[in-house]
Amino acid sequence: MSLWVDLYRPKTLDDLHYHEGLSNRLRSLAASGDFPHMLFYGPSGAGKKTRIACTLRELFGKGVEKLKIDQRVFMTPSRRKLDVNIVQSNFHIEITPSEVGIYDRVVIQEILKEIAQTQQVDISAKQRFKVVIINEADSLSRDAQAALRRTMEKYMSNMRIILCANSTSKLIAPIKSRCLLVRVAAPSEDEIVKVLQYVASKQPFRSIDQNVAREIAEDSNGNLRKAVLVFEALKMQTPDLSGPLTIAKPDWETYCQKVADMIIQEQSPQRVMEVRSKLYELLVHCIPPNVILKTIADHVVDKVDESLKADIIHWAAIYEVRLRNGNKKIFHLEAWVVKVMTLYKHFFFGIDMDGFD
Amino acid sequence: MSFFQVQAPKKAVKHAYDPALQPWVEKYRPKTIEDVSSQEHTVAVLRRTLTSTNLPHMLFYGPPGTGKTSTILALARQLFGPDNFRSRVLELNASDERGISIVRDKVKNFARQTPRTQAVSSDGQTYPCPPYKIIILDEADSMTQDAQAALRRIMETYARITRFCLVCNYVTRIIDPLASRCSKFRFKPLDPSSTSSRLHHIASAENVHVSEEVISTLIKTSHGDLRRSITYLQSASHLGGSTKPPTPITPSDIQEIAGVVPDSVIKDFAATLGVDAVGDDMEIDSPSKKVTGFDSIRRKVKEIVREGYSGTQVLMQLHDFVIEHPTLSAHKKAQSALVFAEADKALCDGADEELWILEVGLRVHKAVS
Repeated sequence: MSLWVDLYRPKTLDDLHYHEGLSNRLRSLAASGDFPHMLFYGPSGAGKKTRIACTLRELFGKGVEKLKIDQRVFMTPSRRKLDVNIVQSNFHIEITPSEVGIYDRVVIQEILKEIAQTQQVDISAKQRFKVVIINEADSLSRDAQAALRRTMEKYMSNMRIILCANSTSKLIAPIKSRCLLVRVAAPSEDEIVKVLQYVASKQPFRSIDQNVAREIAEDSNGNLRKAVLVFEALKMQTPDLSGPLTIAKPDWETYCQKVADMIIQEQSPQRVMEVRSKLYELLVHCIPPNVILKTIADHVVDKVDESLKADIIHWAAIYEVRLRNGNKKIFHLEAWVVKVMTLYKHFFFGIDMDGFD
Repeated sequence: MSFFQVQAPKKAVKHAYDPALQPWVEKYRPKTIEDVSSQEHTVAVLRRTLTSTNLPHMLFYGPPGTGKTSTILALARQLFGPDNFRSRVLELNASDERGISIVRDKVKNFARQTPRTQAVSSDGQTYPCPPYKIIILDEADSMTQDAQAALRRIMETYARITRFCLVCNYVTRIIDPLASRCSKFRFKPLDPSSTSSRLHHIASAENVHVSEEVISTLIKTSHGDLRRSITYLQSASHLGGSTKPPTPITPSDIQEIAGVVPDSVIKDFAATLGVDAVGDDMEIDSPSKKVTGFDSIRRKVKEIVREGYSGTQVLMQLHDFVIEHPTLSAHKKAQSALVFAEADKALCDGADEELWILEVGLRVHKAVS
């Protein structure tokens, strides 16, 4: 038995529940025989991959669902071996080049050239071209993106590229100008509710309470995958879905909240040490440091005075960049914690002094 | 020359392929240097080389989509004609492996060959076909320093029989010794009138009806990058033409394709930050003005991020809105500009988008209030 997320994932463009206009566009593009390179972007859980899969299905018919997973070995110019997993069908190939870090250029060059120089042999195939799907395109290195540029123009007759990214900020302009940009916005709460009801209607219990659905939708923050997963988890916990619901937060989030509380309760070197050990704990459990920083900042901001909020976000933003450029994550997290503590203390100190004068 | 052996069959296939499926950028690439839009100076210089058969090493630089690659390809075609083209021109770009080893083997080998005698052109025309070969290094700014250094001597040694043409966006990335061996040509961004005439030409050749507004939106969104505006036009005509009754292209289609955030969203965001559009200023007086604070800004930012707009795009458009605002004082604008600059650097370094949009929002809010 698979998870509901996979079980009820729409398979064709007609099954999609929201962004009707977008689905229609994709359908007509697929039918026109004149399919451009595409770039899908939008927040996670908005349905980018689902849409790509549906478009492929529209392009090639059922055949694309016969997938096989392959492991390929690439050789860098410096004779290093790289293992890359690729998912492919007869009509398309899906790669995540960012898996191999800075060597992604090699993978892109090799795979694309290989595909570009072989033609579709299957005569019954609906389209003359093959499709290459590149996941996490925004973490491609600059070299890899540069390698895509001319290839995308030159081999247009044999191949189309579909890029899938969270944001277009990190893509170089030449790539963006060669693709048809498709923005997949996160679903609104009403749309999530609709989807949840659809999922429920497929299950033996038939329906879901309106309020429950709305609560899940609010909690999911526009991430449909999360919403459906939470729904399934809740169903397992309390089969009748009645009474007050507590949507279990992931434990790292509660942990972050605890850290935020600690920062506000007391500002002392001792407390910094305690926070430090907690931060280490989070890092050890492989929570990305920027997520930790963002979550803690979010919670701290909720609890402090209006005039401090802007400053806290300012420093969070600054330290987030440093954390990315830097090497040792804990330094920057800690520096931010200390900064927030000073700000907080100064703020109260200032008020106290005013009162005494 | 393994390069050409691979190349040749592919070319043949391409010609058999339906030209309707070709990207318009390729289809309408200038065939002669006379067709190149709005680079009069460069074209004038190159035209002389056509008659004198004397060509220096060249370095083309300028922003993307201004016709650098097109110019050199057109020139090579005019010099050698279609038959000699393949044996006389080596084109390498960033999609080819271009480390130092390639420079040493492929480029050097090609450079040292004596040019073959001129094949009789099959189309009956005579081409100057001067006694040298051309090596085009496209996107040369992505070549490594070592590879560039290795080119230095090669360029000089074989100068008698080989000319190099380096094409790049950023001339500063080309090492000085290379740059000083070439005559430099700067390609400037296209002016709106030549972009518009080119777009009109393509649209009429493709039987696509476009209105003046669409053309002006195309020009505005592409910032002088002709390739970009042609691609947008093609995508838009895809979308419009693929529905059953073909719908005319609207400016908002172009904006969506270009990934531009709708003006209303930016205006709304700016209003939350306390920067009102001028028209509204009169109607809403200070007492009825809605209170904007941290929470409302945060909510707005969350909304924008959920809609999936790209962070840099939002910031760029907000920047334009704030900087061109007619009533804000210069001091406020200067402070805001500082924030935008910082945010751009941060986003380039790969910072979190939501956090930085929020940061910019808060600081602009502080600057203007």
